[in-house]
Amino acid sequence: MTYVNAVFQGIILGGFYALLACGLSLIFGVMRIINLAHGSLAVLGAFITWWIVDKTSLSPFLVLIPSLIVMFGVGWALQRGLLERSLRAGILIPLLTTFGLAIVIDNVLLGVFSPDVRSLGGQAGAVTTTSWKVSQQFSISALGILILAVAVAVLGGLSLFLRRTTLGRAMRATAQDSDTAELVGIDSRGVYARAAGIAVATAALAGVFLAIRAVVEPSAGPTQLIFAFEAVVIGGFGSLWGTLVGGLILGVAQTLGAQINPQYANLAGHLVFLAVIAVRSGGILAAREGTA
Amino acid sequence: MSLLSVENLDVRHGLLKAVRDVSFEVGEGEILALVGANGAGKTTLMRAIAGAHRPASGRVVFEGADVTAMPAHRRVRAGLALVPEGRRLFPDMTVEENLIVAGANGRRGGAWKVDTVLEAFPILKPLRFKRAATLSGGEQQACAIGRALMTNPRLLLLDEVSLGLSPIAVEGVYRSLHTLIDGGATIVLVEQDLARARKVAQRIICMLEGRMVLEGPADRLTSREITEAYFGLGRVQPKGAPA
Ligand SMILES: Nc1ncnc2c1ncn2[C@@H]1O[C@H](COP(=O)(O)OP(=O)(O)OP(=O)(O)O)[C@@H](O)[C@H]1O
Ligand SMILES: [Mg+2]
Repeated sequence: MTYVNAVFQGIILGGFYALLACGLSLIFGVMRIINLAHGSLAVLGAFITWWIVDKTSLSPFLVLIPSLIVMFGVGWALQRGLLERSLRAGILIPLLTTFGLAIVIDNVLLGVFSPDVRSLGGQAGAVTTTSWKVSQQFSISALGILILAVAVAVLGGLSLFLRRTTLGRAMRATAQDSDTAELVGIDSRGVYARAAGIAVATAALAGVFLAIRAVVEPSAGPTQLIFAFEAVVIGGFGSLWGTLVGGLILGVAQTLGAQINPQYANLAGHLVFLAVIAVRSGGILAAREGTA
Repeated sequence: MSLLSVENLDVRHGLLKAVRDVSFEVGEGEILALVGANGAGKTTLMRAIAGAHRPASGRVVFEGADVTAMPAHRRVRAGLALVPEGRRLFPDMTVEENLIVAGANGRRGGAWKVDTVLEAFPILKPLRFKRAATLSGGEQQACAIGRALMTNPRLLLLDEVSLGLSPIAVEGVYRSLHTLIDGGATIVLVEQDLARARKVAQRIICMLEGRMVLEGPADRLTSREITEAYFGLGRVQPKGAPA
């Protein structure tokens, strides 16, 4: 039963990783940029939300609305102001740009909020304290179910959006061939900026859930980036459903590792990540699904 | 007033001057064929007209408005559509999605819908939900032309629609094009097959090393004149340029 519990907790953790990673996957799928600032942007979203909650005492779930809008704008501006230019200089420059951006965000957060850890758990209401005990070793937390449901909804919603909406189709067309997308009337710059906005908003959503579930600190970005990156690579770069699968595998690997020894949690995740790269460098779903 | 006018256009690839001082006009309802050897600059010229490649100097005027600085997607919305060389379908999208995405982003208020395109290119009907990458060359070309039509163009630019197609597929594509032409479409097309270019077009422009070396009505130019201009055999001086 303890292992059943570990797998179950892993699935919930994996839902969080999938939520954290889908924006990374989207930016890579559409723009071919590996956004090394993704983790830091998630943490930035958490801090913006924490700051508003601190000032207004509103529920973090309510404050999510303005902070996701702000973070969409941040992503949009980031693409227009920074990434668009660096993309023209080849593939290495965007990588360096986002790396530098991550450092800037981390240090700004450190300067503004001090190195203390913060949590939104206390303000999130009953959802953080409610849980159902199935047996002695197995309990289901309401927050875990909520995170998993949000992750599936966001990834499913994104997938539907890409397949069924005008903007979504324009995004896929631009991802596959931006030059030709322009030739059928698609404003590829606008599409890129909106894709970046959506990606950064989902990162912020994950960051807020991190702060509700546990704590965030200004230096948390790089660790979150690594988890997101591993989830994306395990599932196959550029495939959203792959990212969900990758997140779940990573989450379960970590909780099973922790079952053996609490210190093995991250190690087990890294090992699964390395094993997937060694066996299938394209990721698990890579061959089955196309770009975005 | 002509629909399109290209004025003293110079287009470069880095230091290479691919199009040099090209000027011509296209009137409403006209079919113009652009011929020339490999590397003559036809594709570069078409892409510059469509906005996919910024010219170094000169102007592109469409419906009386200077569109030289306009990005490609806005030219499409104004009614200028290019069927690019090599077809360039969105490979992971279905035939229908390729059409829909163009329809949703192109010029508003035209007759072309998915159904009318499928009517005009019946070979696409059974392929509607197939991924574009799985289509044969001829099917892809039909889809590429259909995709351009979905943007409801006032001027259609076709870059080598017969490239890499079987003779039967070429016939099929041109049969559909003739339906368009009979409907009064305005078309600039690049065609390597001189005989076909003369048959389909009212006017022919021949390019050599980036310059226009011959221009005239298709029924008055002899095939010998065109061939000589095509290979640059020196009989014809570049139009408007001192020797
Ligand atoms: N992307 C590019 N980068 C650099 N040079 C290019 C590029 N595209 C074309 N060129 C060069 O520009 C010149 C004109 O090429 P272009 O493709 O316009 O000719 P074309 O008439 O369309 O030839 P083809 O009949 O082979 O299609 C050629 O010398 C070609 O090598
Ligand atoms: Mg060409």
